[in-house]
Amino acid sequence: MFKQLNTGDKLFTVFNYALLTLVICLMLYPLIYVLSASFSNPEKMLQGELWLFPTDFTLESYSLAFQNRDIWIGYRNTIFYTFLGTAINLIMSIMIAYPLSRSDFYGRGPITAFIMVTMFFSGGMIPTYLLVRDLGMVDTIWAMVIPGAVSVYNVIIMRTFFQNIPEEIREAASIDGSTNLNFLIRIVLPLSVPIIAVMALFYGVGHWNAYFDGLIYLRDSDRYPLQLFLREMLIQDDMSAMTTSGTEGVAKHLLRIEGLKYAVVVIASLPMLIIYPFLQKYFIKGVMIGSLKG
Amino acid sequence: MENRSTIEGAPILESKQLKKLKQKRNRKNSNLKTIKKNWDLYLLIFPVIIYFIVFKYYPMYGAQIAFKDFIAVEGITGSPWVGFEHFKRFFNSFYFGRLIENTLVIGLYELAVGFPIPIILALMINEVKNKRFKRIVQTVTYAPHFLSIVVVVALLFMFLSPQTGILNNIIVALGGEPVSFMTEPAWFKTIYVLSGVWQTMGWSSIIYLAALGGIDPQLQEAAKIDGASKLQVIWHINLPAIKSTIIIMLILQCGSILGVGFEKVFLMQNSLNMEASDVIATHVYRTGIIGSQYSYSTAIGLFESVINFIVLIIVNYMARKINKVSLW
Repeated sequence: MFKQLNTGDKLFTVFNYALLTLVICLMLYPLIYVLSASFSNPEKMLQGELWLFPTDFTLESYSLAFQNRDIWIGYRNTIFYTFLGTAINLIMSIMIAYPLSRSDFYGRGPITAFIMVTMFFSGGMIPTYLLVRDLGMVDTIWAMVIPGAVSVYNVIIMRTFFQNIPEEIREAASIDGSTNLNFLIRIVLPLSVPIIAVMALFYGVGHWNAYFDGLIYLRDSDRYPLQLFLREMLIQDDMSAMTTSGTEGVAKHLLRIEGLKYAVVVIASLPMLIIYPFLQKYFIKGVMIGSLKG
Repeated sequence: MENRSTIEGAPILESKQLKKLKQKRNRKNSNLKTIKKNWDLYLLIFPVIIYFIVFKYYPMYGAQIAFKDFIAVEGITGSPWVGFEHFKRFFNSFYFGRLIENTLVIGLYELAVGFPIPIILALMINEVKNKRFKRIVQTVTYAPHFLSIVVVVALLFMFLSPQTGILNNIIVALGGEPVSFMTEPAWFKTIYVLSGVWQTMGWSSIIYLAALGGIDPQLQEAAKIDGASKLQVIWHINLPAIKSTIIIMLILQCGSILGVGFEKVFLMQNSLNMEASDVIATHVYRTGIIGSQYSYSTAIGLFESVINFIVLIIVNYMARKINKVSLW
């Protein structure tokens, strides 16, 4: 135990810590820069005076962002899609994962194969679009929550977790006359809170960050999720609706828009970045379970 | 001898068959019994099966319009067959070469750079003995995974802008000429792949970290007592121990080599970098959703899935032959 580390190992350890510290910096720097830029005077930032901490601290970009109608609509819609969508995801996933976890469920093999096939084969973008259109879902909230209601990968993770609940508990319950549904709701689900939290995180992040379904299925901008407004503002550079350019000069106007972009990025990303560290130990477990039987 | 076997053999055979039949009937009965007993589980799973049939299998059926001239009023079944016409048109089109090249190069680039880095990161994190530092590295490297693609691409535009981006500020400060990274075709693939590495390396390393956590520590102890250096332990014990995880992930990634995701390419694409950024998925979107050429774009999408599936089967077969590890 007291054996001295040889020089090669010492060098390795130093190098390892140094490189990982560099990785941390590369990961964090863009995030910190954006946060600082959102609190800075855009003029100073564009002159290249901002490196790490806010220069000329101001909340102007945020007050501008919160005056914007699109941000509020997008936020409202995204929160709605995230909650409704995640609820549907969780209910549907439990409805299929639980029966498939039961060894006495006749047909579990074929049904598992039936859903696994869809991981490797799909009809493609266009046939799916035509289906959603023919179902009359285009430009409705259902297009945002129904087509992707179940992820096979997540179902497999859930099923594997349910399988680890000891069979004896169920046998005892069935002797007491408990039905399967009763048992699922009263015993299995309370025992599965960690995995349900992980699934809620996986599905919830997906909804929060999604723009693709909105892009192809939504026409009316009153239903747009936040990410679609972000795309217009940040990438298509369509800030015309963003700021009311009154008498102020064009240069000043452009400056304010530049600052606004950073504030908008922070407003859109912060909720997820705040939540995930609390669930970290659970989702590591979730990925692990998935890797075993995936 | 022959006589005996026919005389005595017959009843034996009969009783054997009878036994089998009885067993079969019993099994059927017990199957029926468990189905009856678990009727509520079938009720539970039924809506989800319907979901899969409607939203996953029906579009597969709908993919037949790749071989038809889809007419909306006639529906999928009623539209006339045209065989491989749409495929021929695609193979002869101006875009074919450029689409295949871009899609393939991006896929291979991602594989070459994006695949090994999470493994190296996991091996490095695994060597960290300081629990606090370990947790910090993990938490920080997972963060970009939780940003949306829109935000990541927006960050690229901000940081790489020729006028105001911080990277060009540095280049100019060092006496160079500003580069318009986001509109320069030559930079597109590198920016796409490296920003992808930035966003996903931490998240992708979780699976390898989990596999590394499952190694029996006695193995590593024994090697150390025998005088192995840390690098030797990593090379001869840790890496072989996670080999099967690595191979499975490799097969999965190879299976989507032509499946370069639509979402990020589409956001990074503009008219100036089109020659380097146009991939199959974005082309399908433009001709199909925007241009309403449903049959033609379905054919292109189908072509992509078929190639992907062939690659998946080949890589899986090779992995099973060489390493005895495979998806199925």
